[in-house]
Amino acid sequence: MPPVRIAFGVLLLSMTAQASEPLRWGADGQGGAPYVFQDPMDPTRLIGFEVELAELLAKKLGTNAQPVAGPWDKLLELLARGDFDIALNGIEVAEEKKRVVLLSKPYFAAAEVLTIRRGDGAAPRDLSALKGRKVGTLPGSLAERMAQRHGADVRTYEGGQDEIYDDLKLGRTDAVLLDEPVAKFYGELDEAFETVRGDFGVVEYAIAARLDDRARIDALNSAIDALAADGSLRALYERWGLWTPATAKLLGDSDGTAHAPALEYERWRAAVGHLPPFWERVRTRYPSYLPLFFKGALLTLLASLCAMALAIALGVLLAVGRRFGPTIVRGLCVAYIEFFRGTPLLVQLTVIYFGLPELGIKLEPFFAGVLALGLNYAAAEAENYRAGLESVPRGQLEASQVLGLSTFQTLRFVVGPQAVRISIPPMTNDFIALLKDSSLVSVVTLTELTKTYTTLANSTRDHLGLGLLVALCYLIVGLPFAKLARTVEARFARHLRREAA
Amino acid sequence: MTLKVTGLVRHHHGNPEPTLRGLSFDLPAGTLTALLGRSGAGKSTVLRCVMGLEPFESGTIEIDGVVVQGTKDVSVDVRAGQLKAARAALGLVFQSFELCPHLTALDNCTLAPMQVKQKSRGDAEKRARELLVQLGLEHRIDAFPEQLSGGQKQRVAIARALAMEPRVLLYDEPTSALDPSMKNEVLQTLKRVDATGVTQVVVTHDLALARGVEHVCVLDHGVVIESGAPAEVLQTPKHDSTKALLKDWV
Repeated sequence: MPPVRIAFGVLLLSMTAQASEPLRWGADGQGGAPYVFQDPMDPTRLIGFEVELAELLAKKLGTNAQPVAGPWDKLLELLARGDFDIALNGIEVAEEKKRVVLLSKPYFAAAEVLTIRRGDGAAPRDLSALKGRKVGTLPGSLAERMAQRHGADVRTYEGGQDEIYDDLKLGRTDAVLLDEPVAKFYGELDEAFETVRGDFGVVEYAIAARLDDRARIDALNSAIDALAADGSLRALYERWGLWTPATAKLLGDSDGTAHAPALEYERWRAAVGHLPPFWERVRTRYPSYLPLFFKGALLTLLASLCAMALAIALGVLLAVGRRFGPTIVRGLCVAYIEFFRGTPLLVQLTVIYFGLPELGIKLEPFFAGVLALGLNYAAAEAENYRAGLESVPRGQLEASQVLGLSTFQTLRFVVGPQAVRISIPPMTNDFIALLKDSSLVSVVTLTELTKTYTTLANSTRDHLGLGLLVALCYLIVGLPFAKLARTVEARFARHLRREAA
Repeated sequence: MTLKVTGLVRHHHGNPEPTLRGLSFDLPAGTLTALLGRSGAGKSTVLRCVMGLEPFESGTIEIDGVVVQGTKDVSVDVRAGQLKAARAALGLVFQSFELCPHLTALDNCTLAPMQVKQKSRGDAEKRARELLVQLGLEHRIDAFPEQLSGGQKQRVAIARALAMEPRVLLYDEPTSALDPSMKNEVLQTLKRVDATGVTQVVVTHDLALARGVEHVCVLDHGVVIESGAPAEVLQTPKHDSTKALLKDWV
């Protein structure tokens, strides 16, 4: 594209973009280096070559870049829902994606490379040798499709890249086929591995926008051209050690050799290449992670408390309706309980967040998460309370009837207090389970405790130490409630204490 | 306050024979009456029918002018109204007392007066304390049912019923859940209540208790076969079934 046209396009876009509206770009921090990840030396900072690319693009568009977190395999759905304006996170150019989103021109090209155990004479070294071999890769990637096409026994990993290479190291797989940036930032850090470069294919990354957002894609294409033309992209990729012949060719640069030092790559190697011993990490690194865990724990606690409040209120109504309601109400209550108890929470959450917008109901992430958890746990609570209500002898109901108490008064003063005592232990169990299940809200872009851990563990390659830290956080959040439940239970059971003789 | 039962018929599901087959009795105001009979004679059923805990098909129950009719004779709504009016005059002491385990003796006695009769807490507590003291529970007012003996629980149950100021008080097997040594205590309690002018009906298997009341009715196969003063009915029974019953008891 001639420079004049590029300049014109960018200028046009700068004029149309309102400075007050930032460019909201969606990415998954858990995807890891070198794309979008937390700085291992300062996890409050989001870094990565795509973070810098988003900032460069936003600047060209005359606005600021604002990252929005979401799981990588849900980015396009979140985009369609309107949670952000573009998805920019290693999104491979593929025909099937063009049916659901608009793709920009590619901004990066990466060769697929094979990683094997060093010294493994039996390891596959080309595509034809993959047949029947166990090959690790990321789900939904070009690498996965290629490995499948060549008859490999493909293992995909939802978690971080570390796990893919860990399994290779442990002999659970024979090779890893992945994009070069991943291999460089994870596989090559470990001397136990050898990288095999060959004709494994090239993958291109592009930016996705909604189908009706043609103007934005045009503007982004112009911005990419401008950044390629003024050398910004080359400088960026060189700094991250990602300037490869494939990318050079893509951007129309005849020189595929990097000349500038790969400072960011070296910084990453220094930070995570060799993990310091555990106690040293406890002293030097973990204190700086605490604010992140605190923030995650706060969200976990808040979402769980709100969801439990909803579950209790709805559960009481369902239990009372099922126990005392007329036939139709009893039937509806049973249907509700069976439906929400019998279908996975993840499906319910996905339908509420991604499905309801189709009916014109678009909920905020926090509200959608709390609603899904609350609706689901209400079914369990209803059954707890029903067990409590049914544990109260029939004679108690008859005695209340004889005294002239109404049904509500009987529930409020006679049956309720007796049922509550029976229901508290299973309720406490449910609350602790809810605390843990609240990790599912990360699907709807909320960074709670578990997501904080997985993202951080991927960025720092510290799974064990941080795993202990996150377990401790869950215990710290959950144990006070267990204690509170015991106190409340004791209070409701004080009438059962015999007097001292 | 009189309690008059006329022609009561009650079938239980799955039983071809009616449990009550036109049962009738008429108890004068202020009496202490025992309903006697073998198991299955219909004693507890008639008590539950009077209290509205079980429906009956036909016949009437009359409490000083308030009439409750059978399910065959009147609509559900009308019957509900009749039962509500009748219940306001009635009290029942259950065999297993059915005190609220989470409430103290005092709170058990104040719950219904406050919630149903809309009495203030002060008034309800004053009356409950009086009743508990009258029944010899002055030291157990703040105890929970679990902390009381069987006899004490029963007196709390009586005080709870009396707190609603019933004009007819019914008892289902008041001695069966108690230690034999407590039986005399129960009779003394009934007599104390009798002195207040409340009409009392006691369903019992207990001969000693039956001897202490003012009036007995003997039931057999869902009808009253014999009634009168205990000295007369229990000493010189006329009906063969009464004789057989007394023989079994002795």
